[in-house]
Amino acid sequence: MSLPRFTQHALSEWMKGKGPRSDIVISSRVRIARNLSGLPFPMLATSSQSSEVVRRVEMALREEGRPSVLKDAELIRMDDLSDLEKRVLVEKHLISPHLAEESRHGAVILSQNEAVSIMVNEEDHIRIQCLFPGFQPEEAWKLADELDDWFESQLTYAFSETKGYLTSCPTNVGTGIRASVMVHLPALALTRQLNRLFPAITQVGLAVRGIYGEGSEALGNLYQVSNQVTLGQREEEIVQKLEGVVRQMIEHEHTARNRIREASFIQLEDRIHRSHGILSSARVISSKEAMERLSDVRLGIDMGLISGVTPQVMNELMVITQPGFLQIRANQRLDTEERDIRRAEMIREQLSLGRERE
Amino acid sequence: MQCQECGKRPATLHYTKIINGEKNEFHLCEVCARERGEQMAGMDSGFSINNLLSGLLNLDGQFAEQQARPAAQAQPLRCPTCGLTYSQFSKIGRFGCSDCYDAFSAQLDPLFRRVHGHTTHRGKVPERTGGKLRVRREIDKLKQEMATRIENEEFEEAARLRDRIRDLQEKLDS
Repeated sequence: MSLPRFTQHALSEWMKGKGPRSDIVISSRVRIARNLSGLPFPMLATSSQSSEVVRRVEMALREEGRPSVLKDAELIRMDDLSDLEKRVLVEKHLISPHLAEESRHGAVILSQNEAVSIMVNEEDHIRIQCLFPGFQPEEAWKLADELDDWFESQLTYAFSETKGYLTSCPTNVGTGIRASVMVHLPALALTRQLNRLFPAITQVGLAVRGIYGEGSEALGNLYQVSNQVTLGQREEEIVQKLEGVVRQMIEHEHTARNRIREASFIQLEDRIHRSHGILSSARVISSKEAMERLSDVRLGIDMGLISGVTPQVMNELMVITQPGFLQIRANQRLDTEERDIRRAEMIREQLSLGRERE
Repeated sequence: MQCQECGKRPATLHYTKIINGEKNEFHLCEVCARERGEQMAGMDSGFSINNLLSGLLNLDGQFAEQQARPAAQAQPLRCPTCGLTYSQFSKIGRFGCSDCYDAFSAQLDPLFRRVHGHTTHRGKVPERTGGKLRVRREIDKLKQEMATRIENEEFEEAARLRDRIRDLQEKLDS
């Protein structure tokens, strides 16, 4: 097993490329929930039933003719990982906190480039997740659809003619699809338009959440927008609706950026360079402040006010400054204070590397 | 700008509230905002669809219980396969197995309507378990196409479609 490959590098291979509209959209993700017919859902499954699920999924994974993206994919069992390693996979959005902490016989299949992660025995038996850089929800859906077809050719799913794919939670029934896009909206936040925007989004059946999903805080002006309805609409309709709404959000964010540029350029420039200054010089920095400053610098890069730092460096920093990552890198447990020091160190290092690369 | 509540921390939450037709502006820091329970949509924790779900279900639960009362010692509604009772389901908001959908079906449609606005799946159909539904969908599609052909007076093509529909229908009935 080559787990270090998945935990040592902050950026997944897929994230290194530049996706469409990547000045505002960080990533697009589609997740579909599936269950095997004839076995209780993970919550009630016995230990042997849960390990049977893993066995069947692993067999399907090894079958000839599988999609190319799964050719060198590995199945990693949660029981084989340390708490820190699990945490890092959560910070990279490859697994959910639920799989890391609460699953029994939980496992994940990761593709080499980490664009595909398939969780086994999370809330449902199988959750296929496809992550793409930038604004590409349709592409993510197409890949998830293809992988789903493959698993379905090997496994029998729990399906009802009227209710569709049967899931553990009634909020996922039907298509089982959750499509989401991670957006960076600093200008809408600065101009205080988010509290008008978010209720409108909720009204059209979409949800807005913090970057680590449900219940998580919004850090660094990053938000996850996703569909709420999974029953009664076709997958394509669900994905297209999300796309349409996010396209409008992108426009609003652009307008807000232009307005700030025109109305208070010097203040904006000052704020961005101050944040950059703090990040390049601080010796102690909390995760919250780091995310806020990184958001400013990211905005500066996207608006052409800061050069010498790639947006990828910022994406990377947003992951490696998380607690799990810092500790894996340091190869030891760190308390909050030690983490704040390491974090500052890491950021300074990355930023000066970025400059050297230029 | 400082927080108007504590006067110490910088205000990060700004909003306007109309109280009795009067406009009030608020500038709060996060700590004070949280204390006042004034949080922005999407930024709070815990108030999600999944948490609300159990509330929605409990509504149904109470309703179901009232309905069941007259029968006095009626057995609790229970999934025969996994043993989960409806009242357990309404507490945790999760099904125990796929048969729960049948076991609780009478209670579920109102819930689905509230959560999704729909009660019937229109999306993807798996090849193995969805065979008949696939055929039925194909028939519906062909029927629509046939209607258009007839409207356009393309009767030859319409007849061909009619035959295909008949074939599929036979396959379905057999």
